[in-house]
Parts: sequence; structure tokens; C-alpha cells
Amino acid sequence: MSKQQKQIVYFLFSSILLLVGCRSSNQSIKVGLNTELTGEAPAVGASCVKAAKLFVNKINQDGGVDVGGKKKTIELIVADNGSKADEAVVVAQRLITQNEVVAIVGPNISSCAVPASEISENMGCLMISPWSTNRRTTTTNDGTFKKYVFRACFTELVEIPLLAQFAMSHLHLAKAAVLYDMSSESPNSAAHQFQESFLKAGGKIVAMETYTSQDRDFSAQLTKIQASHPDILFIPAYYNDVPLIAEQARNLGITAQFLGYNSWSTPEIIQLDSQHYLDHAYFSNHFSTESDNPVVKKFIQSYQSTYGTAPDDIAALTYDTMGLIVESIIKAGSLNRTAIANTMANIEDFTGVTGTYKFHQGNHDPFKNVIILTIENGKFVYVTTLQPE
Amino acid sequence: MDYIIQQVINAIQLGSIYGLIALGYSLVYGVLSMMNFAHGDLFMLGAFFCLLLEKIIPLPLWLALLLTMLVIGCLGALLERLAYRPIRHAPKVSAIITSLGCGLILENITLAMSPYPRHMPTLFQNSIFHFHGITISSLQIIVIGISLLLMILLDVMIRCTTLGMVIRALAWNRLMVSLLGIPANRIISLTFAVGAALGAAAGLLYALTYPVVSSSMGIAIGWKAFIAAVIGGIGNMRGALLGAFILGSTEVMSITMLPSTYRDLIAYSLLLIILIFKPYGILGEPPTQKI
Repeated sequence: MSKQQKQIVYFLFSSILLLVGCRSSNQSIKVGLNTELTGEAPAVGASCVKAAKLFVNKINQDGGVDVGGKKKTIELIVADNGSKADEAVVVAQRLITQNEVVAIVGPNISSCAVPASEISENMGCLMISPWSTNRRTTTTNDGTFKKYVFRACFTELVEIPLLAQFAMSHLHLAKAAVLYDMSSESPNSAAHQFQESFLKAGGKIVAMETYTSQDRDFSAQLTKIQASHPDILFIPAYYNDVPLIAEQARNLGITAQFLGYNSWSTPEIIQLDSQHYLDHAYFSNHFSTESDNPVVKKFIQSYQSTYGTAPDDIAALTYDTMGLIVESIIKAGSLNRTAIANTMANIEDFTGVTGTYKFHQGNHDPFKNVIILTIENGKFVYVTTLQPE
Repeated sequence: MDYIIQQVINAIQLGSIYGLIALGYSLVYGVLSMMNFAHGDLFMLGAFFCLLLEKIIPLPLWLALLLTMLVIGCLGALLERLAYRPIRHAPKVSAIITSLGCGLILENITLAMSPYPRHMPTLFQNSIFHFHGITISSLQIIVIGISLLLMILLDVMIRCTTLGMVIRALAWNRLMVSLLGIPANRIISLTFAVGAALGAAAGLLYALTYPVVSSSMGIAIGWKAFIAAVIGGIGNMRGALLGAFILGSTEVMSITMLPSTYRDLIAYSLLLIILIFKPYGILGEPPTQKI
């Protein structure tokens, strides 16, 4: 190596050191967003980013977050996981090691959130999934909670029993059929939870039929369901399947009341249902835009004025997730990852835009209210709020 | 009884859509002995193109169908010219990988343009007829009708026209056909175009029946149609149809008689059993040894 070459190498090396040095002397709090901007759930990722940005702008405009007496602004680092499990893992690793975030929001869909949670747990970085309802996101194989992983939404254990009770005691319908996507985790567990809860509530399940993702023809299953004459057809399925199922069911002459759960709650479901087959269907959800609470009203107003659309449940849950993270940082009074996660584990009550959160006795899944919505003329309409015992 | 008849109608509808796609696989395999795995994506593009067309100018069904078949047919020929012809003499694996790659490219182009599933507008007033507990919609009748019409047209073309004769000759011996002064490349392009057009027609009909259009809609159904083509004896047109109706009715039948959870398990186990006894497919013939 000539002298000149050596000089170049030294120069490059020292400039890298300099750059690395610059990165660590930051004045902002870095929060990572591991979300689904492309792939099968782009609508989810879009809402998630919008709400997180709205929250960060609000906090930064007010001067930032108080960390141990010093005001610091939040820097949001948005990364796309393509709705794929492997990419979600890579993104989580990159956010923690390269971007040096103090906490991660997301992933939202469970197939990404479960593997990404392992990374957060192993590398010791707080992760709160706004929307993943899968049990394994926050719990390990032996059933204990992961130390660093939380969620902002309720699980099926809270949601589905309340939905089943609503069907029995409010709608007074006692014969239910279920058609669900057996190859997707969340619809699958929702279907079985419903079966259990509905039977416990005194109802009868007359048909349990399945299909697999990518199916578009449900006529054989629906013909079978029709022969069992149900009062209710519970459809735990992702939003692009639901309008197809509803249309085929009505065309076959099934008159049962349609019932759904939180997977229904994106505006796309209504866009895809241009013939209004889903009118008067009921479904349970995290969030409703019809609220008298001034905090919620303000959130909806600012979201609406910034983006031109009303926030959906993912937006609201992401907003609350950011709220939980900021609350943990303030209470911890430092930017140490372990301190933040430990503080998060000690938060028992939190009030956000989706309602009041209760994390009972070290529980990482919140107990919170479930909202029942119905669809009328292509709009989600608030029906009632149910409280878990 | 009406329950059974209803399920038979369901099976015919499913089978005719599978059949239309399976024909495309078989046709291309017949002339080139290659699997065009991008076929499922041409099916998807057919649906997308029609959606785009209807967004710009609302056309009646027959015109939209013709235009879609024409455009996607040309695209199929282009695909053959750009991607498959340069590697025609390469090992078979290269051809398979190329076609898989082309499929992924087509999928991702549509994904980049429209990541959200779209709603397909209805092209005509759908009315539903009920008699004696059986339900059938005018849409179902039209879809089954158009599929059968296209299948018959293809069969007539293959069996009774000069072009059909050349296609059959190509399948028999490509070298000999070229030696006789027939522009084999042009015929191959044309065959690809016909195959792609059939796929596009299936895509359009599928999107009408199940009005959600997304970039991944061709994957699962493409594989099923491919399996149907293999079961019937790949390269054989009537075999492809037979395979498609067998697959459709097995699926519906297994749902009818057993919990729907077992549908794919039963359907594909049965297909494996058929292949054990008829390794070249039901109507397929073992290749004759050329000395």
C-alpha cells in the first residue's frame, strides 16, 4: 500500500468515526415505526403513519417531551415491512441497531408483529403493536408476558365474548353460523372464540364453515350454511373477502343478520361493497368517530383537517400507542430502553382516544371497552359501547 | 334435492372458470412444451384492464370482453417474443424460472400502480331467479355461457381450421413444421396470444362474478388451473376442461359432504391418486419415442 493510499484509508476511516460520533450526539427522541406500507395491508400502514406523524407534530409544536427536566423533540423513523414476516424482522433489527430508536410502534398485522416481537424482546427495546390481536405477540410459548412487548388494542378474549353477548341479549338471535378464513390466524381464533362464547351465552352454532385466503367463491359453503337456517352469519374475515361473502350469501337467499369483528373496520370495506349488501350488519370495533369526549373530538378534528379523511381504528390506536410511549418516557425520565420498558410495565391506567386502558397486574394486553358499530347506507354508525367485567 | 342441484350449479360455475384458465396452460404447453407460469398473472391483468377500461369509458360487456382479450392477447405474444423466445433452446428449468419471473414482474407492476384491492363495477343489471329453492343469477348464466362458448370456439379452431392444424403439427414436431416452410415463430406467437386472451377472458368473468380485483388474485387460481390442466393431461385441450370440472366438482363435493376445512386436503389427495394411476393425466398420452 502506497503512502497516498494509506492516507486515503485513514481519511475514510476517521470520517466514518466522525459520522458515527455525530449520530450519537442527538437532541431528539427516536421512535421507530415498523409498518405495512406495501403488501397485503397497505391501508393499515397508511393510517398508522398518518396518525403517528400527527401525534409527533403536536408534541413537537408544544416544545417536545420532558425527559428528566430537558425538553426533547420526537423524531419518527418510518420503515416499511411490506406486510411480510421476514421483512418485519429485518426492519425491527435495523430500527434498534442502526437507527437506535428508544421504542417501536408496530407492526400492526399479527403475522409481522409476532416475529418482530421476538427481536424487540431479545434486543431489549419497547415495542407496542397498535393493532395486532394475536396472543403470541405479547406472550411467550409458556404463556408469560414478554418483558418488552405490549399492545394498544384489546384481544379476541375481550372482544369476542362481548360481541357474542351482544348478539344474544341485544339482537335476541340465538342460532349462528360462522364462515371464516382458516388460513389466517386472527379470523381463525376469532371464529373459535365466538363458538365458545356464543355457546356459553346460551346460543347454538348451526354451522362452522371455512375457506382459505385467496378464495373468491364461497357458494358451496354458503349453500351448506343456508341449509342450516341460521339467524346470524358471523364472518370473521379480512375486509376484501367480506363484501364478496355478503353478496354471495344474499344472492343465494340467506337472510341472516351479518356479524363481524374489528377486521371489518376500514373504509375500503364500504368501497368494495358498492351494492350495500352489508347494510345493517353489526360489528365490534376499537374506535368510533362518533364521540362526545372532547379529547377524542379534537383528535378527529385535527386528523380530518390534516388528511381530509376521518381517522380509522388503526389511526386511533397508533395515536394511543404514541401516547403510551411518550407517557413511559416522561415517567421514566430517561432515554434508557430498559427503563422505558419497565415504566411501561408499571402503567396501570391510561386514557386515550379509543377509551380507557387498564393493564391489570402486569398484563400486557389492555382491558378496554368494545364498541359496536353498524353499517347504514355505506357509513359506519355507532350503536353502543360494551364494558368488559 | 334442491340443495344438491344448487351445489351442482356451484360446481359448474367454478369448473368453467378453472377450465378457461387451464386451456391457456395446455395450449402453450402443447406447442412449446413449456409451462407458462405467468398465465395466472395474465388472468389478473385481464381483470385489471377491464376495470381500467370501465373507469375511462363504460362499455357493454361484449365490447369490453373483446377489447380485453385483444389487448392481453397482444401482451401475451409480446411476453413470448421478449422473454421466452430468446431462451427457447435453454434448459427447461430456465424457461420455468423465466415464466415465474415474468409473473412476479407483472404482479408487482400492478401492485405498484394499485396496492389496494379495487371494486369491479357491474357491467349489466344482475337479476336473480329463484325456483323451487334453487337460486341462479343472470350473471352466473352469462359467465358459464361465455366460458362454454369460448371453449367450443377453441375446440373448433384447433380441430377444423388450418391454423389449428398447424398448432397441432407444431405440438407434434416443431422442426418438421419449420422445414415445410411454415412460419413456426409466428404461429407460436399467435398461440401465446390465444392462450393469454383466454386467460384474460377468464379474469374478466371472474372479476364480474367476484367483484374484488387485486394484484394477487391470479396466484392461487392460476395454480389450481395448472393442476387441472395436468390432471386432464397437459397439452390436451379437452383434458384441461375435464380436469377443471373434476377439480371444481371435487372441491364443491368435499364441502357438501364433509366440513369445509377438509376441502383442499380431499381435492388434492384425489388428484394425486388420479396421477398415480394416470401419470400423463386422464386424456394425456405418453410421448412416443422418436428414433
